[in-house]
Amino acid sequence: MVKINGKPLETAGKTVEEYLASAGYDKARIVVELNEVIIPKESYADTVLKDGDAVEIVAFMGGG
Amino acid sequence: MENDKLVIAGHEFNSRFILGSGKYSMKLIEAAVKDAGAEMITLSVRRANTKEHENILDYIPKNVTLLPNTSGARNADEAVRIARLARELGCGNFVKIEIMRDTKYLLPDNSETIKATETLAKEGFAVLPYMYPDLNAARDLVSAGAAAVMPLASPIGSNKGLATKDFIQILIDEIDLPIIVDAGIGRPSQACEAMEMGCAAVMANTALATAGDLPLMAAAFKQAIEAGRKAYLARPGRVLTRGGSSSDPLTGFLRD
Repeated sequence: MVKINGKPLETAGKTVEEYLASAGYDKARIVVELNEVIIPKESYADTVLKDGDAVEIVAFMGGG
Repeated sequence: MENDKLVIAGHEFNSRFILGSGKYSMKLIEAAVKDAGAEMITLSVRRANTKEHENILDYIPKNVTLLPNTSGARNADEAVRIARLARELGCGNFVKIEIMRDTKYLLPDNSETIKATETLAKEGFAVLPYMYPDLNAARDLVSAGAAAVMPLASPIGSNKGLATKDFIQILIDEIDLPIIVDAGIGRPSQACEAMEMGCAAVMANTALATAGDLPLMAAAFKQAIEAGRKAYLARPGRVLTRGGSSSDPLTGFLRD
């Protein structure tokens, strides 16, 4: 089980690249953090998600 | 006046109105930026939506500097984490530090803010810390490498105006960095007053988001901020402690 943006998902074994594509994220507009470490975009394809990983996918929103 | 630029971390701005983008629709952002004449806009960093949703960056003109905030952070470590994520989003190195432990008044934690400022300034960020207007904390922010200091006028989102006026004036007088009033400014007259005092810029969000006509209020703020800046540069006249002083010649007619 991998926790992605707070939700437990069965994505262990997939790469970050595969997950982002299947979920429909625009890579140009997000940043991915794996266990609180930022993953550079060029590493998405070789970063494999493992059981127990915590992933945060963030973007800009309105704010003051 | 043509050479009256706001300079923050080596970047020059003609506008002294920093616009917030929270609590209103993305479709209004373009009009707000245009009518505010804004060259800097604040954003937050949050869990992303997938691409069938609109992205706020599509609504912000490319010449506008993005100022991501660290809202949601309760301590320095969380603020640093958010700032690094914001920079990785690839829209520059400006960051507004916002660290709040209290959810009732949303008051900033000055000591955690100083810690985060020090870390992020060392990492090359242009750091604009939101703070409670305290001279000692502001001096520590200068030593920590802040690019500007952003004291609150009154609690975030309150539209109450310059409740901390005297303490902001102390910062203007003593701190050798742009002092940008952030939070609590609800009306153009309050923004104008802050600028007359010598603030370098004013940031507003809720004042616009809660107005009946957002772009019109943005335009009103723009004019008020420009008027206040001109008045500051013109050096306001003295105030008499008692009595009056005629504006007209006192001699030459009716009496010798």
